[in-house]
Amino acid sequence: MNGTRKNFFADRDIQVILGTLLRVGVIASMSVVLVGGFLYLLANHAAPIDYRTFNPNKSGLSSIASIFVGLRELDPKAIIQFGTLLLIFTPVARVVFSIFSFLIERDYLYVLIGSFVLLVILYSLSDKLVG
Amino acid sequence: MSVLLFTIIVLAGAFLAGLVGSLTGLGGGVIIIPLLTLVLGVDIHYAIGASIVSVIATSSGSAAAYVKEGITNIRIGMFLEVATTISAVIGAVLTVYLNPGFIAVVFGLILLFSAAMMVIKKVDRSDNDTSGKLALFFKLNGTYPTAHGPKNYAVHRVVGGFVMMFFAGIISGLLGIGSGALKVIAMDNIMRIPFKVSTTTSNFMMGVTAAASAIVYLHRGQIDPGIAMPVTIGVLSGATIGSKILVRTNTDKLKVVFAVVVTFLALQMIYNGLSGKL
Repeated sequence: MNGTRKNFFADRDIQVILGTLLRVGVIASMSVVLVGGFLYLLANHAAPIDYRTFNPNKSGLSSIASIFVGLRELDPKAIIQFGTLLLIFTPVARVVFSIFSFLIERDYLYVLIGSFVLLVILYSLSDKLVG
Repeated sequence: MSVLLFTIIVLAGAFLAGLVGSLTGLGGGVIIIPLLTLVLGVDIHYAIGASIVSVIATSSGSAAAYVKEGITNIRIGMFLEVATTISAVIGAVLTVYLNPGFIAVVFGLILLFSAAMMVIKKVDRSDNDTSGKLALFFKLNGTYPTAHGPKNYAVHRVVGGFVMMFFAGIISGLLGIGSGALKVIAMDNIMRIPFKVSTTTSNFMMGVTAAASAIVYLHRGQIDPGIAMPVTIGVLSGATIGSKILVRTNTDKLKVVFAVVVTFLALQMIYNGLSGKL
């Protein structure tokens, strides 16, 4: 009985931290996107758009490395893309955090399951999947 | 069209999509993709890339609130994410080999299905009967808080739910949407998880599922900052306001009206896909 009680409280704490983590991630990434978007409109507002046909090389910001290069030059598009990257990594950070919390609870089955999910995401990070 | 005008139109459209999407439970992606492709002539690959980013934003934003209330079942979420992340990556890899017309037709069919699911009355089949060995082994059974204290529930047919989730993940990765309607089938109808738990847990999972395919899209150049920016900001702000007014609005009529609009969009997508206009 005592054991389940303890677990219950640990779970509640973890849920509060998880919620905060997600909220902070969304707010931080959206702020970066807003700043980038403002600078982007300032520089390009009169330019014509061209999204009629898909061109994989158009934005030039299709790898994490290229986003960081653009970020150093304060390229507005790279700033937006960096915000998007932060947003993508918010749920990934959530998975990492869950793995640690399962580890604290000594629930090794779920440490394994969480690590597997993380592995799938990390595998998609490698460029191998895009032909 | 200039960048400024395009941004304003997409921002307004995405705001509406997020607002109505959260009021009806359908999600923003299913509306923003037809808007971008049918109305603004954007290539469907760009539309999918922008939509998946907005899925991550709305899912993470609302999951933050639900998780704190202790309704979300984190183990069910993590367990089913094994299925959805693998299949979402597969879907995202597949999408580039498919003809845009074909994607549009599949999208239209999923839209029709989602519209039907939205108006059909849902029946809560959850119970606390003995569940199968798998649910016990994976510790999926749980409790959720009610006004009368915590309520227990048992999870059924784990394998069937897992397979259905795999399918939902493929559709999510293929079309850049949360595919909430399919996840509801898996969790409510097959696994018999109570509504409150299934909606919040499915929403909780959506972020990770979408992140897996978003990375593939990013590498492929499908996430263009000029489209992703207004779509994400618009959908997220619309969904946030929507969730605030949801508590004090009766959405039954809105759902019927919206189902008609979505059906119309779906037929338009299918027609344009078949006639090769997309």
